[in-house]
Amino acid sequence: MNTNELKKKSVGYRKKILKYIVGAKAGHTGGSLSSTDILNVLYNKVMNVSPQNFTSPDRDRYVQSKGHCVEALYVVLADKGFFPEEDLDTLCKYQSKYIGHPTRKVNGVEQNTGALGHGLPICVGTALAAKLDQKDYRVFILMGDGELPEGSNWEAALSAAHYKLDNLCAIVDKNTLQITGPTADVCNTDPLDEKWKAFGWAVREVDGNDVEALSATFAALPFEKGKPSMVIAHTTKGKGVSFMENEVKWHHGVPNKEQYEQAISELDELLTSLHD
Amino acid sequence: MAEQINIIPGGDKPNQDVFSETLQRLAETDQNIIAVTSDSRGSGKLVPFGKKFPKQIVEVGIAEQNLVGVAAGLGSCDKKVFAVSPACFLTARSLEQIKNDICYSDHPVTVVGISAGVSYGALGSTHHSLHDFAALRAINNIIIVAPADNYETEQATILAAESKQPVYLRFGKKIMPLLKENSNEVFAFGKGRVITEGDDLAIIANGETVDPAVKAAALLKESGINATVVSMHTIKPLDTELLSALAGKVKAIITVEEHSVNGGLGEACASYLLQNGYCRPFKIMGIPDEYTVSGSQVEIFKHYGISAEGISEQAKKLLS
Repeated sequence: MNTNELKKKSVGYRKKILKYIVGAKAGHTGGSLSSTDILNVLYNKVMNVSPQNFTSPDRDRYVQSKGHCVEALYVVLADKGFFPEEDLDTLCKYQSKYIGHPTRKVNGVEQNTGALGHGLPICVGTALAAKLDQKDYRVFILMGDGELPEGSNWEAALSAAHYKLDNLCAIVDKNTLQITGPTADVCNTDPLDEKWKAFGWAVREVDGNDVEALSATFAALPFEKGKPSMVIAHTTKGKGVSFMENEVKWHHGVPNKEQYEQAISELDELLTSLHD
Repeated sequence: MAEQINIIPGGDKPNQDVFSETLQRLAETDQNIIAVTSDSRGSGKLVPFGKKFPKQIVEVGIAEQNLVGVAAGLGSCDKKVFAVSPACFLTARSLEQIKNDICYSDHPVTVVGISAGVSYGALGSTHHSLHDFAALRAINNIIIVAPADNYETEQATILAAESKQPVYLRFGKKIMPLLKENSNEVFAFGKGRVITEGDDLAIIANGETVDPAVKAAALLKESGINATVVSMHTIKPLDTELLSALAGKVKAIITVEEHSVNGGLGEACASYLLQNGYCRPFKIMGIPDEYTVSGSQVEIFKHYGISAEGISEQAKKLLS
């Protein structure tokens, strides 16, 4: 998939994320929109995973530690054919399996997440299993910058370096906002790059809303042989919708009819501009 | 399923030693057996396992949350994982990882709480686990097992390795006598083990409290009271069939456990019996809801009446 096609995919994903959040009257809008391009590039350009190989022990694994942004994941999984997109009409509805955090009941989801700080330890175990079995699959994990104060992340960061898990790639969706406000004001985790380097990881920074830059970054994996890779992805919370960008109220804000129509109109305009 | 083999004829070892020996036996023929430890291989008696199978032991350092998360990740890749750490830390600090990453996610990991209950005695409450049955009973999708003797420990370890469902195994450090000759019985999770039979009273115990319960039954016999003693090694799922049969037969029931009197074996039995119409004189023996007295495990047991004398006295009171 070329860059323009990827860009168009991202816009399409964002439209669907908003559609299903509006339908569910619930969802984590800002973070789903900030992470859309990362998921897009991973599933369409980087990872060896599909509905056809999902039960194969050799598939690449993706774990979404920031589970609350599940809408982005569901939309991408539906697009990849893991389940019919119309299933998402039941998002967050009574007795639906499409709940507000990833669950393995949904085809394509690797791990149940939702409580923050749980993804990385699990991925260390999964990446270790690959080493033990001498398999060459890779493990990708998306974390939020707001979840980094959870101590379990740093326990797992130590183990990943200790076991030289260069088949593990963590991505921090650094959109710099969390529910209370700017992450730097809530619990400052900067300088992130130095922290992860000090923990023994190979670190790269990238514009996490630039599909071309993301593709180039992932193409360089592993960044250093014998070290786990960390991608610090600088993103914009609410990316793609002017009035949602960098506004903390859209962390889990649900657009009303007028706001939804305006958002879709902006995204449609962007889509038109991307036509070859 | 693995063949049921008794590798420790005669018993008389600490259960956690038997756990380690059994795990080694299983690992000899199964590369998927993995032990995950948090600087706990010494207390878990896993040093020989680690030497023999260096690729099958994963050390995470003193980091219990990571221990359980890593175990879940390995379990998701078809490894038969035993996450081994002192019960006090494992079922408290990493309770959320047990709940979410193992039970809710349905990864068949065996969580092994070593030096459980008041095994660490005088080290104090930080090192006691008197909450683990209660905490885990309220979590869906985990089998909870506290084996009483070496036979039960060995069999429970073998079954846990093959279990498709998460399991919690709880062991202590004390040398445990074999409760009875291993005749033709078949050990199964959720099936209590009757050690002695009698019609006057039932003493339902688990883990290291079954031994004093058996000794109490011997004392009671001298007074003409016949007691059935059950090793109710599995707290969840509870052997309700056996409970019903006992309640239909005996005049009174005592439960004994190395756990808080709140939320453990006793309350599990009481809940079933009351809700199913069985009303018998009933006593839960365990550690009361107070700052636990200091002392060795034996001294703590004695202080709270978890001894042959204490249990038999309680039985007489209940029957009088």
